[in-house]
Amino acid sequence: MRLLPPEFAELESFAATWCLATESERYARRLASSMDEMQSFYDAFFPRLNEAIDWCDRFPLDALPNDARRLLELVYSLVMVAMAVEIWHQPRAVDSAAADLVRVHEPLP
Amino acid sequence: MARWPKPAEGSWTEHYPELGTGPVRIDVSPETYELEREAVFGRTWLNLGRVEQLPKVGSYFTKELAVANTSVIVVRGKDGVVRAFHNVCRHRGNKLVWTDSPSEETQGSCRQFVCKYHGWRYDLDGSCAFVQQEEEFFDADKQDYGLVPLPCDVWAGFVFVSLADPPRASLREYLGPMITALDGYPFERMTERYDFRTDVAANWKIFLDAFQEYYHVPALHPQQVPPAVRDPNAAFECAHFELDGPHRVTSSGGARRWTLPTEFMYPIEVATRSGLLGPWETPDLGAMPVGLNPGRVDPWGIDNFQIFPNLEILVYRGWYLTYRYWPTSHRTHRFEGSLYFLPATTVRERVEHEVAAVVFKEFALQDAGMLEGTQMALDSGVLSEFPIGDQELLVRHFHTTVAARVDEYRQERTEVPVV
Repeated sequence: MRLLPPEFAELESFAATWCLATESERYARRLASSMDEMQSFYDAFFPRLNEAIDWCDRFPLDALPNDARRLLELVYSLVMVAMAVEIWHQPRAVDSAAADLVRVHEPLP
Repeated sequence: MARWPKPAEGSWTEHYPELGTGPVRIDVSPETYELEREAVFGRTWLNLGRVEQLPKVGSYFTKELAVANTSVIVVRGKDGVVRAFHNVCRHRGNKLVWTDSPSEETQGSCRQFVCKYHGWRYDLDGSCAFVQQEEEFFDADKQDYGLVPLPCDVWAGFVFVSLADPPRASLREYLGPMITALDGYPFERMTERYDFRTDVAANWKIFLDAFQEYYHVPALHPQQVPPAVRDPNAAFECAHFELDGPHRVTSSGGARRWTLPTEFMYPIEVATRSGLLGPWETPDLGAMPVGLNPGRVDPWGIDNFQIFPNLEILVYRGWYLTYRYWPTSHRTHRFEGSLYFLPATTVRERVEHEVAAVVFKEFALQDAGMLEGTQMALDSGVLSEFPIGDQELLVRHFHTTVAARVDEYRQERTEVPVV
């Protein structure tokens, strides 16, 4: 089944893993992923990030079709993965020990 | 080398001579915590949330206040007034409002509160509306069995309660001129909220300290700028400090992150035009209240208001953050952090907010990562007094204020004649 808009077909292989509605799911997926996995997702999607945002913005924020909503969730995951890839070079924030900060309320999507 | 002018006395700390410049005691002992529960939390106004959490008649939320061994219901009545009640059924003391677990906070909306146990009902103004088999209760009058109220008041949309009844001062008197000078800031327009929560294995004062000084930034958060532009001798200096009663503010200033060359930012920040200090585009919010940027810092960065005892309001350009620290024991507390934005109207704006919320968490995790170690080291008792620098004036003021209130309370207790 196609999850993303056809214009972003080359990202389909990442959709099942990274189209996640909530930050808690995206953060958990990041901690459970290897840097190699996150680097490939980042490399594949980062160059098209702004194109994806513009594509979603063809619709009202509160009435995104399902494929656009999933594309936005993929954008959120790219932001999440960028923290590991660009800043920390490891899944967890450096020197964060066992700290956690759970997002318990957020706007959706 | 000072980047920002200091007061004539030579330092911000000496501008407040009553604080001294000597070492400061950081007290996380169980004995002191027992005293703080009454001396600090029992006698101040406590912020439980925002009015936006109570959008309509019958909207409510509960708040667990372990520090006072109580739970509070905050609810908007039919008259629109926000009220607070102890979360206790008047019949046999059952916890009145909870959903899945009585120890978990909850929220929702209702017409009446109904006790799960024997079905007693309460109107939104706390009055008892229904007693099951009322005729079996002898000559009891249900008018005498309303919920136990707490003094509750709202300032700038922030809902406060007082565990002392009556409170020692009205909310506005308590907040004082420095805080109420924020009147008119459009907090109520920033309804898009991201809430974070964590239970921390450290005394509440330790995390509060982490967010009331920026002296730690170069050492703990060197990754706030990319490696190529990282300066091993970086220093952080705040532009302004001010104290008013038990409350405090510091302001940062300097070139805004996004006005620097792009190598000072991470690629995701450049791509989304958002990041460490939030969205680059500042919405036009109209005239700002006199209390914002009280030192008239130019260029202004962030205002960090510390409202005693446990609320922090951080005002950025066009958005704000709040932190609250709720003690659960002498060496544990619950931290709540929230980001508030004008509601996004496009996906692009929503992504800007998401980036700000994600980056906030990354660096707050580093702050939180220090806490357990600090608590363990303080628990050892090897040291209890510490040198506190001028950049840490708010830390000095906070611990001095708490200690003064604890001492005053201790003295009151010993003055009570033993009968």
